Amino acid sequence: MDRLSADCRRIILEQSKRANVGHIGSALSVVDIITALYMRVLRIPSPGDPDRDRFILSKGHAALALYAAFYMKKWLNQEELNTYCCNESYLGVHPDHKLKGIDFSTGSLGMGLTMGAGAALAARMQTSKRRVFVLLSDAECNEGSVWEAAMFSAHHGLDNLIAIIDLNGQQALGYTRNVLAMNSMSERWRAFGWDARDVDGHDIQAMTDTIETLKETRGIPHVLIAHTTFGKGVSFMERQIKWHYMPMNDEEYEIALREIDHRA
Amino acid sequence: MRRPFIRTLTELARKDERIVLLTADLGFMALETFSESFPDRFFNVGVSEQNMMGVATGLAEAGFIPFVYSIVPFAVLRPYEFIRNGPMDHALPVRIIGIGGGFDYGTNGISHYGLEDIGILRILPGMNIVAPADHLQACEALKSTWNLPMPVYYRLGKDEVNTIAGLDGRFEFAIPQLIGKGTDILIVSIGNVTNEAAEALKILEGRGVQGTLMVVSHIHDSMRDNLADVLKMFCLAITVEGHFVNGGLGSLISEVVAENGLPCKVLRCGVRTFPNGLSGSQSCMHTLNGISGRQIAEKGLELLGKMPGE
Repeated sequence: MDRLSADCRRIILEQSKRANVGHIGSALSVVDIITALYMRVLRIPSPGDPDRDRFILSKGHAALALYAAFYMKKWLNQEELNTYCCNESYLGVHPDHKLKGIDFSTGSLGMGLTMGAGAALAARMQTSKRRVFVLLSDAECNEGSVWEAAMFSAHHGLDNLIAIIDLNGQQALGYTRNVLAMNSMSERWRAFGWDARDVDGHDIQAMTDTIETLKETRGIPHVLIAHTTFGKGVSFMERQIKWHYMPMNDEEYEIALREIDHRA
Repeated sequence: MRRPFIRTLTELARKDERIVLLTADLGFMALETFSESFPDRFFNVGVSEQNMMGVATGLAEAGFIPFVYSIVPFAVLRPYEFIRNGPMDHALPVRIIGIGGGFDYGTNGISHYGLEDIGILRILPGMNIVAPADHLQACEALKSTWNLPMPVYYRLGKDEVNTIAGLDGRFEFAIPQLIGKGTDILIVSIGNVTNEAAEALKILEGRGVQGTLMVVSHIHDSMRDNLADVLKMFCLAITVEGHFVNGGLGSLISEVVAENGLPCKVLRCGVRTFPNGLSGSQSCMHTLNGISGRQIAEKGLELLGKMPGE
């Protein structure tokens, strides 16, 4: 496991334990994707730079992984991070644009890609080289609006738009194969006119390398189908539905921390 | 109001490159002035109103002023959550153009009626609702609101021929427009039923009742005091709207009267029952729902203690 990813995982565990909240499994599912983006990929001279790359966490419930990355970027200090889920904090369960570094508020599934499509169209109209990254969950693709945005982006050839699907095969109440099957994910996107690449969503180097090669495919939007494990890094959380919502007790917390440190 | 409005928008777009027009595949014979002048700033997104609102949010975040176009229920009801979480939450200058409103699409049936748009949008703090009474006012309203920092909803009726006598296209931010000087009764109207309200006033005058017509064309948090200033001069007000009776103009006026403790009785004329499948012209639908000029006048006479037949 990458040292940065391990540090971000430790933050996710510490903060969700301190705040006694859930969505731990989702944050652990995307933490390597977010680490790859914020540490290696995104061009953000400063969070307010109009020509920065945009990032939209369309699956807003994994925001804690994003706050961890902001801490690593030094956009948040420890004191600010410790306000996660506290009263009068901008660090809620879902990301809010009032927090420095958040480009768009999210939390309602199926909206991120539509805003991302607009942001990518804007970049092209302004002849900017900035790119737009949107991280979606696989179950989020149940929403019809995702496919409205997919059609629009392909029709307009928005090759500055990069969607990433966190394909962990789970959703709130069950496994996607049992709730609403989303099999052949990459073929679905290809059928909608996208350049789809399957990638290991926990391999930071592989994701970084894949994104680097996207610029060679022009004229169509890109999607990384990131194969991930829900709860990745904490053995008793991996692929377990209950960790979509449950907070940890003291014993679980100790075990989880030990596993993260051991794997790092 | 569509063509004059889009012509005005095209003129504004000539001076300001931030203006972009999106449509969800509607606007035949209405949008061509813009689309032919600025093909690079015109996008038919297809039949996808949710995506249209999301795209507009993304464009606005980058500095554009996107106008999105559809028929009222498709422009407002379908993407409502996208409006709330997008331009409202991010305080972005997205402009929603809703065509129709009330029973403007009379023979098209319930799917095309706009009977709850004002209610669900006016509860969002900061939202601007612009509902012009005629096409002259629509153009003036656009000229004075297109560059506001917050979202604006334009509710445009289809009539682009008739005008409201005495209004002369006047529009002022947060200020209702008054027609007439009578003190017996205040008739308050919004948007494309103002012709019915004006007709009612005329009938009342024929019966010796002197009234004033207050045209509310802009709804915004900042305009409540301006409404109260007018309402405090009357003992009786009738509100007229092509909208369900709860949540829209009549509710707004009642709130202002109650919050200011004004001694003014309010009668709300609006749509009281869910459409039952019968459709017809706009005028027919107004009569079916008790909001024709004659019916409004009769209610006024009744309230004033004058029998309609007297």
